Amino acid sequence: MRLIAFAAALFASCAASAQDVGKEIQRYRPMVAAGSPAELFELPGEELWKKPQGPKNVSLERCDLGEGPGVLKGAYAHLPRYFKDADRVMDLESRLLYCMSTLQGRSRDEATARVFGSAERPSEFELLSIYIAGESRGVRIEPGMSQPKEKATYELGRALYFHRVGAWDFSCASCHGDEGKRIRMQELPVLYKPQYARPVIASWPAYRVSTSQVITLQWRMNDCYRQMRTPEPTFGSETTVALIHFLTVTARGEPYHGPGNKR
Amino acid sequence: MNPLRRTLIAALAFAIARPLAALAAWNKEAFSAKTPGDALKGLGIGNATPSKDLQIEAPEIAENGAVVPIEIASAIAGTSALIVMIEKNPFPLTARFDFKEGALPFVKLNVKMGETSDVRVLAEAGGKYFTATKEIKVTIGGCGG
Amino acid sequence: MAAGPMKMRASLGAGFTDVRVLMTHPMETGLRKDADGKIVPQHFIQNLTVKMNGKTVIDAQISQAVSRNPVFSFRLKGGAKGDKIEVSWLDNHGESAAIEAAVA
Repeated sequence: MRLIAFAAALFASCAASAQDVGKEIQRYRPMVAAGSPAELFELPGEELWKKPQGPKNVSLERCDLGEGPGVLKGAYAHLPRYFKDADRVMDLESRLLYCMSTLQGRSRDEATARVFGSAERPSEFELLSIYIAGESRGVRIEPGMSQPKEKATYELGRALYFHRVGAWDFSCASCHGDEGKRIRMQELPVLYKPQYARPVIASWPAYRVSTSQVITLQWRMNDCYRQMRTPEPTFGSETTVALIHFLTVTARGEPYHGPGNKR
Repeated sequence: MNPLRRTLIAALAFAIARPLAALAAWNKEAFSAKTPGDALKGLGIGNATPSKDLQIEAPEIAENGAVVPIEIASAIAGTSALIVMIEKNPFPLTARFDFKEGALPFVKLNVKMGETSDVRVLAEAGGKYFTATKEIKVTIGGCGG
Repeated sequence: MAAGPMKMRASLGAGFTDVRVLMTHPMETGLRKDADGKIVPQHFIQNLTVKMNGKTVIDAQISQAVSRNPVFSFRLKGGAKGDKIEVSWLDNHGESAAIEAAVA
């Protein structure tokens, strides 16, 4: 209770120096990010990638994430992109689900029984995402934008970003639409502008310090919609992939920082 | 894993036999102290001289009290130990690092802070104690991220 | 409970060896309640040892106030490529783990 009372007082007293607060939080973030506990999950992620599973008892090592079967270096930084075999644009997680189904023979129900995990036990998608994303450290973010479906997915994502839905009539832009907004002490980045999207997108998936959990962009889309008081989107759906694609394209050119920390 | 990465990552964490427990000391009295004064007593520390050569690098505001990064470096000659206390935590004594021949008096660690508080660092050098303090504000965050 | 992954990198800085080590550990304070309202018992690392080429260079005692999944950075005097660094921890349950890496 004391903490909440203090935070309220801090908020009130800091109203005039909100910029200083923002600057200090900007200092806080890299300090925590150096040596993010997210790295701890790269090893279990690698083990999962190599583990034979499903009715076909095969590992994911032949999964093509866009750079060729089994090629991980730079793959994450070039997603989302169009995949001919699935005839759709996919982000990392929807592509992993596709490989779990086609390579390993797993059913969608079984593979998605637990898409978001816990601090003690991250989900398969979370562990795989951290590992695979780690292999794109330093690689320029360049999602697919040449193929017609890639362009269409971008346009859909852009439209969705500004489309108001749900009980509160919120869109992404309701929170992430104007400069200088924040919720309590969190600055709300204007994600349709490259200069704000770049540092944000370049550090997902991440380790969430407040819950010690690994979080991914699929989780973020789900949780944003939940906070907007809409039904949760289906994991790996066209909606989620389109939004992720829009955000990633907006962030393109930024060297991928590697899995980082989020509050 | 990219083998060209400059860092070397050991692939195994291996378990050590229990006898190690007998060798490691942990100052229960000091760590269980509920006030900074009692913690200092438990550590056998009387007076400590403020020193500018004891540097604390930490954010003024921590977005989340669960993980507050603190970097400590001592330029005091002969520093053999660094002690970290978070004054307003339920148990203020947080860590003690003893540096033997071969180690520099430097450490970076992540700590938990229950509320805005002074972080007090002590350095032991040549039987004397030196101290430096920094206030870190702790906020609760909002949603997102 | 089996020890979770540890990770360490040791690299040469300007006249010192920079050691960064990450460890998996709940670092439970004993003040937290679980979903059923029961107190989660204390479970945290108490001792940390850093060795360089087999010799102890840092001995640390830490409390439950160190963050979950602790990350530490240390600096060792001098050092050369190939030097062996070992970091080990011991918790209040008597569990322990260690990791070894060569300076890169």
